[in-house]
Amino acid sequence: MIKIFKPTIFVLCLVPFIIIAYQILFNKLGAEPVKQVTHHTGEWTLRFILLSLAMTPLKNITKILAWIKYRRMLGLFAFFYGTLHLLTYIGFDYQFNLDPIIDDVLNKKFIFIGFAAWLLMLPLAITSNQKMVLILKQNWKKIHRLSYLIGIFAVLHFIWLSKTIFFEPLIYLIILITLLTLRLNFIKFIFKKKSVT
Amino acid sequence: MKLHKFKSSEITPESFYINRREFLKKMGIVTGTAFTSQNIITSALSYTPETERKITPYKFATTYNNYYEFGTSKSDPHKNSKDFITNPWDIKIDGEVENEITLSVEEIKNMIPSEERIYRFRCVEGWSMVVPWLGFPLNKLLKKVKPTSKAKFVKFTSVYDPDQMKGQRFPVLNWPYKEGLRIDEAMHPLTIMVTGLYGKELPNQNGAPLRLIVPWKYGFKSAKAIVNIKFVEKMPVSSWMNASPNEYGFYSNVNPNVSHPRWSQATERVIGENIYSPRIKTLMFNGYGDEVAGLYDGMDLRKNF
Repeated sequence: MIKIFKPTIFVLCLVPFIIIAYQILFNKLGAEPVKQVTHHTGEWTLRFILLSLAMTPLKNITKILAWIKYRRMLGLFAFFYGTLHLLTYIGFDYQFNLDPIIDDVLNKKFIFIGFAAWLLMLPLAITSNQKMVLILKQNWKKIHRLSYLIGIFAVLHFIWLSKTIFFEPLIYLIILITLLTLRLNFIKFIFKKKSVT
Repeated sequence: MKLHKFKSSEITPESFYINRREFLKKMGIVTGTAFTSQNIITSALSYTPETERKITPYKFATTYNNYYEFGTSKSDPHKNSKDFITNPWDIKIDGEVENEITLSVEEIKNMIPSEERIYRFRCVEGWSMVVPWLGFPLNKLLKKVKPTSKAKFVKFTSVYDPDQMKGQRFPVLNWPYKEGLRIDEAMHPLTIMVTGLYGKELPNQNGAPLRLIVPWKYGFKSAKAIVNIKFVEKMPVSSWMNASPNEYGFYSNVNPNVSHPRWSQATERVIGENIYSPRIKTLMFNGYGDEVAGLYDGMDLRKNF
């Protein structure tokens, strides 16, 4: 099953990239092209971050272990789209003109936290292969708990850049809170079990 | 031989056609086949039309809009305003005036001819367009009433109709939309009431039947679908001031030196350009400083943002 599913999911994860590449190449980006690319890549970064965070709760709820097999791939796609998002901002929006970018990072809280979220994704991407899991052992788990912080930063980034929380930022916030609550409850549940036995 | 069949919308009465030719020549653009039934003055412009920058394609000016009454996405207003009813429509002018009046949009249009104004339009989000509006100076309408000595500000209220405007069914802003100007800003000859654009009737998504345009201020100051103009003594609290007072000030003059908490206002993206086009520098008062800077003499524009 996994042998068929995994490549299929991989190709599906590339669809947002294919769409935006098509729109760039064929000039179909609409009124504000830079914003369209920024928004598209940013939205998919956020979706992949939340999807990767959803795998563990899904495993716990459905008692199907296979969900975990997709966690790393989804996380790496989040990093992929996050990097495209950052490059769009630096390259297309500000044409590699660093002064206004530094100014933005220091003065605009949504850009600061968005940039912080991308920086936090770096160590996760670097330590994502199997070798690193073996080398880092228990530390690997600790490092990869950063994914929750990345999720919080990414949703805050979206809320702070939006003029109002209605409706998309609110939807992502609700999903994030649900995912975090599920995690917390599960940890508590484990602890209770341990203390009883 | 096959004859080209014209759609009825492509056939233009001759009397309009002659006027339209002159009009289009003046605008320097071709706007398609629609014509407008409004009476339009094409002479004696009291301002300098925008000539340096290209006019934004009609398609973008009418499909890329912020109009939260019809939804928060830029494409929502175009999609969700198709069936919006703008006739009959009355506008009441009241408050600190000796003679409050109620006029229909038809009466106003017949009373005051529209002229073409090619203005830059700068959104607080950091993008801009150049739009050929049809409209008349607001002061021509305001002169129909006699303000009392108490009147210091003018408050604009947009329509409240959640049955037709689905965005109003949610507390995105404190509906109805409210905006305000100081009297001297409202009376300034650049401040216009808009009845159309690109030589056509004003589309619903652009604020039909009557909207404000204050070209030296960020776009949100220019209230759409206005139903009430009220002279007041105290500075009105606009919907955006109410939503986020540290982000949106009463004046909201275009100012590249005063940054919004989320958007640097030093530069802007030009709507309709391609992805490789750089941002352009934002001009003080959106480039209308010669005409309007005097309104703010001695004021700290950082504090009065």
